Amino acid sequence: MKQGHTPRVRVRPLSLSPSGECAIDASTSPPPADRPAACAVELVGITKRFPGVVANHDIHLSVRKGTVHALVGENGAGKSTLMKILYGMQKPDEGTIAVDGDKVAFNSPADAISRGIGMVHQHFMLADQLTVLENIVLGSEKLYGIGAGARRKIVEISDRYGLGVRPDAYVEDLGVADRQRVEILKVLYRGATTLILDEPTAVLVPQEVDALFDNLRELKSEGLSVIFISHKLGEVLSVADDITVIRRGTTVGTAVPSETTPRQLAELMVGSELPTPETAESTVTDRPMIQVEGLKLLADGESGRALLDDISFTIHEGEVLGLAGVEGNGQTELIDALIGLKHADSGVIRMSGEDVTDWATRRRREGGVGYIPEDRHRHGLLLDAPLWENRILGHVTEKPNSRGFWLDTKGAQADTRRIVEEYDVRTPGIDVTAASLSGGNQQKLIVGREMSHKPRFLIAAHPTRGVDVGAQAQIWDQIREARREGLAVLLISADLDELIGLSDTLRVIYRGRLVADADPATVTPEELGSAMTGAASGHLEHVEDGAATDAGSAADAPADATEEAAPEDEAR
Amino acid sequence: MKKFDKERVLLAVAGPVIALIAAVALTSVVLLASGKSPIEPYSLMFEQAGFSDVQVLIINQAGMYYLAALAVAIGFRMNLFNIGVDGQYRLAAMVTAVVGAHVSLPSGLQIPLLILVAMLTGAFWAGIAGILKTTRGVSEVVATIMLNAIATSVIGYLTLTENFGVPVGNNQTTGVMHKSGWFPGISMGDSGEIYGFVVIAALGGVLYWLVLNRTRFGFDLRATGASQSAAAASGVNAKRMVLTAMIISGAVAGLAGMPILLGDVHTYSLSFPTGLGFTGITIALLGRNNPVGIAFAALLIAFLDKASPALDYAQPVAYDKEIAVIMQGLIVIAVVVSYEAVRRWGLRRQQQRVGEELAAAARAAGADNGNNGNNDTVKEVAAR
Repeated sequence: MKQGHTPRVRVRPLSLSPSGECAIDASTSPPPADRPAACAVELVGITKRFPGVVANHDIHLSVRKGTVHALVGENGAGKSTLMKILYGMQKPDEGTIAVDGDKVAFNSPADAISRGIGMVHQHFMLADQLTVLENIVLGSEKLYGIGAGARRKIVEISDRYGLGVRPDAYVEDLGVADRQRVEILKVLYRGATTLILDEPTAVLVPQEVDALFDNLRELKSEGLSVIFISHKLGEVLSVADDITVIRRGTTVGTAVPSETTPRQLAELMVGSELPTPETAESTVTDRPMIQVEGLKLLADGESGRALLDDISFTIHEGEVLGLAGVEGNGQTELIDALIGLKHADSGVIRMSGEDVTDWATRRRREGGVGYIPEDRHRHGLLLDAPLWENRILGHVTEKPNSRGFWLDTKGAQADTRRIVEEYDVRTPGIDVTAASLSGGNQQKLIVGREMSHKPRFLIAAHPTRGVDVGAQAQIWDQIREARREGLAVLLISADLDELIGLSDTLRVIYRGRLVADADPATVTPEELGSAMTGAASGHLEHVEDGAATDAGSAADAPADATEEAAPEDEAR
Repeated sequence: MKKFDKERVLLAVAGPVIALIAAVALTSVVLLASGKSPIEPYSLMFEQAGFSDVQVLIINQAGMYYLAALAVAIGFRMNLFNIGVDGQYRLAAMVTAVVGAHVSLPSGLQIPLLILVAMLTGAFWAGIAGILKTTRGVSEVVATIMLNAIATSVIGYLTLTENFGVPVGNNQTTGVMHKSGWFPGISMGDSGEIYGFVVIAALGGVLYWLVLNRTRFGFDLRATGASQSAAAASGVNAKRMVLTAMIISGAVAGLAGMPILLGDVHTYSLSFPTGLGFTGITIALLGRNNPVGIAFAALLIAFLDKASPALDYAQPVAYDKEIAVIMQGLIVIAVVVSYEAVRRWGLRRQQQRVGEELAAAARAAGADNGNNGNNDTVKEVAAR
């Protein structure tokens, strides 16, 4: 265990003192109303399992009345599942939900709404052709009617919280920020006293974010509670009263914004307590395997925003290049460009000196590009197909999967058995579907498959995400072994210890650019974290006092720095 | 492993069996509601199936259904809904009839030529929808429905007397095809003749299975149907795959009218069978896109078609032959519901079994996997 960089945040391990500041025994009468720290919502020991994966595990969350409570965590950490449980869209397998001190069980969002819990979804649910008034009363006609009564109520709410909503405007004429305010009003109209906002700032520009935060403060001062889901740490720190951090499906701690820096929060989010895989001796050669020069990729559509800009790097044989960055800063696009799913708008990609920029995906994969995708369900597996067919996926033109035009099912099946054996995939057989394996075993199968084709260049995106500790060490071993044999690896991970431990070189990606580099032998997660939020750039030189040096540009204000980190993959 | 195989067969059979039982039961309810015997129509229809001439009719009809259903199934395997099989086979049959009436080659060349013409016409018509989808993003469902309507108009225009039409009595035909293009049948004596093309249909089923399950191309096609994102990451060019699948589906659809055209009527006329494509969708669904399943489904639907007319003449009580149509409709609904139910049930069951077997193995090894996670959390907390 590395104790060296335990965050200096006031961290409360929740599983030891579950109820935080507002412990309410649900069996007794509700607390007196004048008690300021009363709990609006309290979740205790929430666990939710899906086939093959535990989405939430022993979650504790206490939201005080009249506060903004931020729930932060990486993509896939389990935030959305938790909120779906709180909003009645899914039922927890274990644990209890208490609203205003009463234990409740929600069967549907309607139940949640009747208890005063409202949700503002990331993707707005408004009918463009209707007016604001019509959108708000839609489905709640019984509350205040559809005419003058409803209008009065809307204007009243709008004025009270300073939302500035015009009831007769058509939604199609409204901008994103206005639509969001309509959504908030819609929830308030239905009597919500606790609002869940799912990544509300993802679609807003900075000025709109400020306006939204003003609205939230207004709501708070009126005694309403807000649960604010985000992974933009600067924003969280500026608006939240309490912060709960969720990682790998469980709550790992709480933090007080005034005593916390974005860096410390980031560290809590990604975690840094796992045993680090030390790469013993350097195997880096001087033979370049992958050379990327001036890679540029523009967004589709009119905006033409640069998703990747001027990306240049070289990975040599036997080298692991670690890429650090907050998710949504261009990692997905870089992978797509390297694997050939998106073609660069400008720039060159060379493999062993050969220009592969225009090669299609299959040609690149045949040429020795291995791929461990970040989302294995979408990109790495056919969930309804048996394991041996999944072993063919991605390598259908190669031995032992095919001979010429024909598939070699016997060969593929035999080789699947070998992979199951060698990579310790826990399965009763190779004819079961991929969906019936646990996440870790699915990942081992993918790693085994990719390694079986002797890749020359491996793209490993979050190779150990959602994988138990044992399998994690095993996957690290596989990567290190292949590296010794001359494999070039691009390692993308949210786990900074994994990055530092495995990599020979480190680069930091921020807003589609490689902004910083570091030596994994000396850099600390704190220093990396600071570059990930754009606060530092250039070469990160380790300084003994633990502060990251700022070799290049001046440090931005942290709140501003994290704004652009819109997660592309969550928007899908 | 054996256990899982048995499981798979059970799952594969359970869907259609449940669906058929439900459809029969619901049909009986309809019969009861109309005050008729809920059982007798079935026995009457089974009686019909005992006659050898009806059997020949059923087999001939099933051959055409089989080809149409294969065409639909190719689309389904790739998540494409080719509703246009209907327009594709009718246009193909008409064009083939015209070519057959105007070109005269020796039999050994004429028949392959006609088959080729039929496939190319069907492929061309489906390819339009494929190109629209890949270049303009038009849903193949919409495009093929439109193309069905357009095919009807095109056929109407081309069969005008001033074009290729030949009026015979009050029927409009395309003229009789040259004899060299007649596909020899298998004579069953007094019972009639089985279309020789039924054999081609069966071969089509074998080829379908081989290509999909045993070739690289088939794997890519199935992978794209199962998960487009995973297939793209594995190197499949999704757009090209859409176009290719659509063209192959259309080519097979083009053959659907051939058994009767080359084996019996030898001309395209107003009385040429319609609706094969839509029935093909039912059959492909019922047969789970599996060539053997489709064969059984095609025989079943053909049986309903050919055995039901006798209901009208039953003594002493006549039944409406539309009972068979009601049953076909109910089969479609029951199939969709029962397949999804069985699929989910099967997946859950398999996950449980995998979980159980692994837990048993882990217990045997003395290291319970489930506990690992908990220990880990404890450690994590301790580290703070």
